[in-house]
Amino acid sequence: MADHSQSHAGHAEGEHAHPTWSTYWKVATILTLITVAEVWIYYIPAFVATKLFVPSLLIMSAVKFAIVVMFYMHLKYDHKLFRVLFTGPLIIAAATMMVLLFLFGHLFV
Amino acid sequence: MATAAAAAAGVVGHGHPPTTTGLEHRKIAIWAFIGSECMLFTSLISTYLAYKGRSVTGPFPHEVCNPPQCATTMQPILDIPVTSVSTFVLLMSSLAMVMGLAAVQNKDKPGWAGTGWWARIQESSRIWIMMTAILGATFLGFQAYEFTSFVHEGLTIRKNLFGSSFFTLTGFHGAHVTVGVLWLLTLYAIDVRRGLGPKDALLVDIAALYWHFVDVVWIAIFTLVYLIK
Repeated sequence: MADHSQSHAGHAEGEHAHPTWSTYWKVATILTLITVAEVWIYYIPAFVATKLFVPSLLIMSAVKFAIVVMFYMHLKYDHKLFRVLFTGPLIIAAATMMVLLFLFGHLFV
Repeated sequence: MATAAAAAAGVVGHGHPPTTTGLEHRKIAIWAFIGSECMLFTSLISTYLAYKGRSVTGPFPHEVCNPPQCATTMQPILDIPVTSVSTFVLLMSSLAMVMGLAAVQNKDKPGWAGTGWWARIQESSRIWIMMTAILGATFLGFQAYEFTSFVHEGLTIRKNLFGSSFFTLTGFHGAHVTVGVLWLLTLYAIDVRRGLGPKDALLVDIAALYWHFVDVVWIAIFTLVYLIK
C-alpha cells in the first residue's frame, strides 16, 4: 500500500504529524495483548497470591491508559496546552484518590 | 489540507477568528471538559475503592458469600470472561474511531490509502464511524446483560455498599458511552447527508477525543473494579 502518513509539509505552530494507520493498528495489537496478559494473570492463583499481582495489573493498566492518550488522543503530538489541561486535573484527581484511600485505611496500613 | 490538519491539531486556521492562545477554542474546551471528567470518574472510582470489602451482606464481587451473610451460598458475582470481551470491544471501537478521523482528514486526497478493497474501506469515514457506534452499542449490550444478570442474582443498587458503588460507577460510564454512541450516529447522519470532509476534521476530532476518554476510563475501571481482588 501507499504511504498513509498524514503528515503535511507545512505545519502551523503547535501542530505535529499524527500517527499513520499502521501505528494505529500496532497500538490496537499492543492494547489487546496487554488486556490478554491482564486476564491471564487473573487466572493464575499462584501469581494472584503474590505481592506482584496488584502492582503488575496497575502497571499494565497505566501503560494502556498512556498509550491510548498519547496515540489515539494524539496528546503526544498536540499542543502543550492540551497536555496541561489533561494532566493537571488528572494529577489532582490521582492525589485526591490516594488521600481518600489513605483516610479509609486502604493504603499504608 | 493544511487547514484541515491545523483544525485537527486544534490550531486556528484561516477563516476563523483569532484566539489569544492561537488554538481552536472548541478543542481547548473539550480538553478542559475531559479534565473535569477525570475528576468526576476519579471520585466515583475512589468511592468504590473506599467501600471495597466493607459490604456486610452479599453478593460479593470476588468472594463466595456463605450463610449467615447470605441466605444461601453465592458465588463471586463478577463475570470476568464476559467483561474481558466487552473490554476488547471498546478497545476496538477506539481503533475504528481513529480510522474514521483519518478518513475524514484525508478525504480530499483520493487514493491516500493506496489501492484495493482494503484501501477503499480505509477511505470510507462512514464505515468507520458506523463501526465505532456499533461497537459502542455492543459494549452497552454487554453492560445491560451484566446489570440484568446481577439483579437476577440478587445484587441491586440498594443491596449493599458494593452494589451502590458498582452500579453508580459503571452506570455513569454506561451513560457516557450512550452519549458517545448518539454523538457518533449524529456524525454518521451528517456524513450521509452532506459528507464529512477535511473542513469537518475538528468536529470529528472532538467526538473522537470524547470517545477515547470513555475508553481510557473503562481501562481503569476494568483493572480496579474487575481484576484486582
